[in-house]
Amino acid sequence: MPEQLTGAEALIRSLEYEGVEVVFGMPGGAILMAYDPLIESPIRHVLARHEQGAGHMASGYAHATGKVGVAVVTSGPAATNLLTALQDAYMDSVPIVAITGQVATTAIGNDAFQEAHTWGMSMPATKHNELITSADEIPDIIREAFHLASTGRKGPVLVDVPKDVLAATMTWHRPGEVRLPGYRPAVKGHPRQVKAAVDLIEKSEHPVLYVGGGVIAAGAAEELEQFAEMTQIPMVTTLMARGAFPDSHPLNLGMPGMHGTYTATTAMQRSDLLVTIGARFDDRITGDPKHFAPEAKVIHIDIDPAEIGKNRFADVPIVGDAKTVLQQLITETERRGPQPNREAWLATVHEWQSTYPLSYEQEADGPIQQQYVIEELLRITGGDATIVTGVGQHQMWASQLWRFEEPRRWINSGGLGTMGYAIPAAIGAKVGTPDEVVIAIDGDGCFQMTGTELITAATENIPIKIAVMNNASLGMVKQWQNLFYDGRLSQVELSPTVPDFVKFAEACGGVGLRADHPSEVAGVIEQALAINDRFVVVEFTCDPEAMVFPMVPAGGSNDDIILSREDFA
Amino acid sequence: MKHVIAVIVENKPGVLARVSSMFARRGFNIHSLTVGPTEDDAMSRMTVVVDGPEMEQIIKQLYKLVHTVKVTEFEPGTAIEREIMLVRVNADPKRRGEILDAARVWEARAVDVGVATITFEVTGPPERLADFLQLMNAYGIVSLAKSGRIALPRDQKSAKKQLKTA
Repeated sequence: MPEQLTGAEALIRSLEYEGVEVVFGMPGGAILMAYDPLIESPIRHVLARHEQGAGHMASGYAHATGKVGVAVVTSGPAATNLLTALQDAYMDSVPIVAITGQVATTAIGNDAFQEAHTWGMSMPATKHNELITSADEIPDIIREAFHLASTGRKGPVLVDVPKDVLAATMTWHRPGEVRLPGYRPAVKGHPRQVKAAVDLIEKSEHPVLYVGGGVIAAGAAEELEQFAEMTQIPMVTTLMARGAFPDSHPLNLGMPGMHGTYTATTAMQRSDLLVTIGARFDDRITGDPKHFAPEAKVIHIDIDPAEIGKNRFADVPIVGDAKTVLQQLITETERRGPQPNREAWLATVHEWQSTYPLSYEQEADGPIQQQYVIEELLRITGGDATIVTGVGQHQMWASQLWRFEEPRRWINSGGLGTMGYAIPAAIGAKVGTPDEVVIAIDGDGCFQMTGTELITAATENIPIKIAVMNNASLGMVKQWQNLFYDGRLSQVELSPTVPDFVKFAEACGGVGLRADHPSEVAGVIEQALAINDRFVVVEFTCDPEAMVFPMVPAGGSNDDIILSREDFA
Repeated sequence: MKHVIAVIVENKPGVLARVSSMFARRGFNIHSLTVGPTEDDAMSRMTVVVDGPEMEQIIKQLYKLVHTVKVTEFEPGTAIEREIMLVRVNADPKRRGEILDAARVWEARAVDVGVATITFEVTGPPERLADFLQLMNAYGIVSLAKSGRIALPRDQKSAKKQLKTA
């Protein structure tokens, strides 16, 4: 006899059917029905303290595991709280499925209690969204949501489920095949374009591999390394691509752009060919687009056709999955035989590297420099950690100085620049990869936005580590006011004493440690690494005047890199 | 410059909102937009007239919408384009004969006649509607309602003379 289920049971079963192991969320009125069958379900539920946190946890989980992250929240304010996390995931192409409760279909449009037009509000913040109107649709729509989130250009998908749909009875059926006549993501690059790309590469003298987050999303790190080795083309890895290629590899020039290394930014600027893979010529990379890489031809490989030609003309556009297209490029390059000798070009970029290294000075008795903390973390962990950051100075320094050797060990908010991302995302990452050391490197400003999720870390037994770089400032904004507003500081100074991060950590059920002096840094890091049964917050009292360099001012030309404060005219 | 784009979308609730929201979000200007059924119940046809230098990015963004099935931009002269309009003009009894004569030439149907106005219905290619409006301006246009454009590509195999009549 066909099995009769409630919509709520069908929803949870559909999630189980997708292989979901964990959901991040918070119950409430409209979604209440769905929380009942969760009690019997093998799916783990992590109870967040705020729906934005649940969304970022799903994002951190997705980044760390490559699987779809799931957030479940109720209607109205819960759905609006989730929006930031959806837009964040949309900008960074993170696969998330969000389930939101909704008021009953009969009440929709009546300004009912906790009603919000979730479908309308989330439309521009998601890859796709659906409002379920009948319990019978649940298995197919959930299947479709996971399919859309995890294929093509990945991204968030929201499913809005009214209360009466959850309460209705349906005859359970397995989801059918996804039928979306207009959704056909390309996989393979056009063979003629692949040939044209290799032609351009062979003719180029100063090529640069410009690698973005798409390479990580496609799981193409191995292919990328093989292709780089065989062509000997130096590479830049964007903020979203850190870890796509080992930092220890001599071909890796690091992060380009506004706060990129001199060599990465300049290599792009001087190149005659940008071999672009899963990157999108974001304004933080290009600076003023009119002056960006003026001599360079462009090969642009992307799974999203809309990225090609959006910000920069592509001489050779290739629509396809990065992994498949790289395989095609490898085959074609092998077929051609020996590749051009790149020694002269490599010598040039390596000379830049030694002339313009990243630099900072940690005075033995001076205030703690954030770079020093990051380097000590790197030294003491041996680099074997997943690093998650918020947004601002600490994020840029972490991206610059950490040595990433493999993908999915670097998690941050790139496109949207969402302050407060680190703590919830680190929780999600740790849930997905419990055997890894997960360290949130956070600023004091960011911490104060989402720090209450530490309660989630404590109660759910998620032992992350948080390094708070406390410069008592909104450091990056302060840097801009110092550089571009004649040092007229406006609303950027936070309190050096409030909150007490150590006490805050203890109050939330974790361990709090503090280092006020450079000599204490290594000690507290070692202490923090030794604690694995609880979360640990380590507060570092950092230099409030430090600035991130190199820097290309917003809208400036990438020819004009400011290397230090003294450089700033 | 105005471009005419045909968008075949799945006939699902909210699809119009998805398309119009995308245009607003990406900063594209819609001149007119019509939506209606097609020969296939599962699909709707939108005809969008857009202002802008080039359509490549708009078309790609339309394709990113999951419910978009096919997007076609019509090169000038390759589509049959039609609009319908209702226009109410001042028609002083002394000039009524003159106005009706002019309307006959344009195949405009008088669909409502009042004490001091006549309302015409005109259907045809957009240029014809524009010309008729210009003509009626002399008498004074009281009110105007215009549909958006609908368009179908010409049958490539159609006889040449058919081209001339449209």
